[in-house]
Amino acid sequence: MTPLSTVPFPETSFALMLMLLLVAPLAIAGLALVNAGLGRSRSAAQSMLGTLVVMSSAVIAFVLVGSAIAGASERDVVFHAAGRWDLAGAAHLFGGGLSSASSRMQLELFFELLSAAMIALIPWGSGADRLRLLAGAAVAAILGAVVFPLVAHWTWAGWLAQLGRNFGIGSGFADGGGAGAVHALGGLAALAVIWIAGPRKGKFPREGLSTAMPGHNVVYVLFGSLVALVGWVAWNLVGAMLWMATAPSGLVPVAVNTLLSATAALVATFSVTRVRFGKPDASLCANGWLAGLVTSSACAAIVSPIGALFTGLVAGIFTPLLVELFELALSIDDPSGAVIVHGAAGLWGLIAAGLFAPQPGQTVAQLIGVSTLLGLMLPFLYGIFWLLDRVIAFRVEPDGERLGMDLHELGGNAYPEFVVHRDESYR
Amino acid sequence: MKYAGLAVMPAGFFLTIAAIILFSGAGQRAAFVLCGVAVEVMGLVVAVRGHMQLRDENR
Repeated sequence: MTPLSTVPFPETSFALMLMLLLVAPLAIAGLALVNAGLGRSRSAAQSMLGTLVVMSSAVIAFVLVGSAIAGASERDVVFHAAGRWDLAGAAHLFGGGLSSASSRMQLELFFELLSAAMIALIPWGSGADRLRLLAGAAVAAILGAVVFPLVAHWTWAGWLAQLGRNFGIGSGFADGGGAGAVHALGGLAALAVIWIAGPRKGKFPREGLSTAMPGHNVVYVLFGSLVALVGWVAWNLVGAMLWMATAPSGLVPVAVNTLLSATAALVATFSVTRVRFGKPDASLCANGWLAGLVTSSACAAIVSPIGALFTGLVAGIFTPLLVELFELALSIDDPSGAVIVHGAAGLWGLIAAGLFAPQPGQTVAQLIGVSTLLGLMLPFLYGIFWLLDRVIAFRVEPDGERLGMDLHELGGNAYPEFVVHRDESYR
Repeated sequence: MKYAGLAVMPAGFFLTIAAIILFSGAGQRAAFVLCGVAVEVMGLVVAVRGHMQLRDENR
């Protein structure tokens, strides 16, 4: 495992990775379906349009500004004054120099571009049914321009990746598929957004338990989970080749581990919900499946199949329990469960990758990465979103929430022929 | 209370950074890094408790 390897790619590897990167957006499409299905029917069109809006916002911000910060170490010319602390890249702004860059750098940029699109989607799902489109786009722009590029640089080229080389800590922070830089960071951003936006109206009434607001289309949710699998396998394979120096001959175990993590997590969630509620819960099972995929982003290129199985099982057990804890005990309204599915599962995947990695000291390297995400990025995200909320209000007006985001923001419903029933959640 | 929790969390991160700079032994480093993560988790717990208090007051 040498994450900083700069071995040039043969043309066949370049072609293979490019093909895989063209399949990887299916993970984003799957997540978009899951987000839309877990929201309410009167916000479905806004959710899907919002997916395109936040993706566009994040991608443009990343190309204009973020790619310069995220740039790999070869492109760095400043911020190296402190020697072993490579804090930010210094590539060209506005995507300049892309056509003349090496094939590896072009692939890295494309991978990071897709990652920026993915990370923008995570808080958007959590803010469903009350987060305004403009606010979602602004959050995505900040993530794509500054926050994600910084963490991506640290993870894949900067000081975290160089922990092994500079400080003798394992092989440095290892995160081939972006469990930390994309998913955990996105989950923490989602937590900050929903803390600031607050819960949906009627979710936590004055008396009694929280109101159940089930997703409006479980078929979307489950089909989205299946679609996400295809993209996720491609994503992990490219990540393993790009950042973990996995040869094409070593890709099958990565794909197997990805599938094992997801399936083990699904079986665990299915069993836990069966025991807890008497019947398996479909939307929680989808959350468990996605949590397994998220853990695989960190582990798939490092651990053995048994390790991947165990990691997925643990993720599948804690996902439904934490979702329940968040809603019932902590009063955190997260319709898509992204804080658990991406945040908690991402952090667990990073730790598990260290526990099961063959290199001594890898656990410490992984914990340093986890500490950076949790201790530095969460307060930073909360602070920056709190300021943003003062400029562009995150939450829609009460009347808009009552009407539904589709009517309020788009002027039309996703399902105009549906019979609308009285909303029982408004007490 | 929520902001106090969030303010404590970076202290855990700097403890982790201190572990990298100050210690070369694997055991000492691991212990210090674990302490840093523990401080962050405590900060997060305080922030969540603060959030719950605010929610109860606003109900």
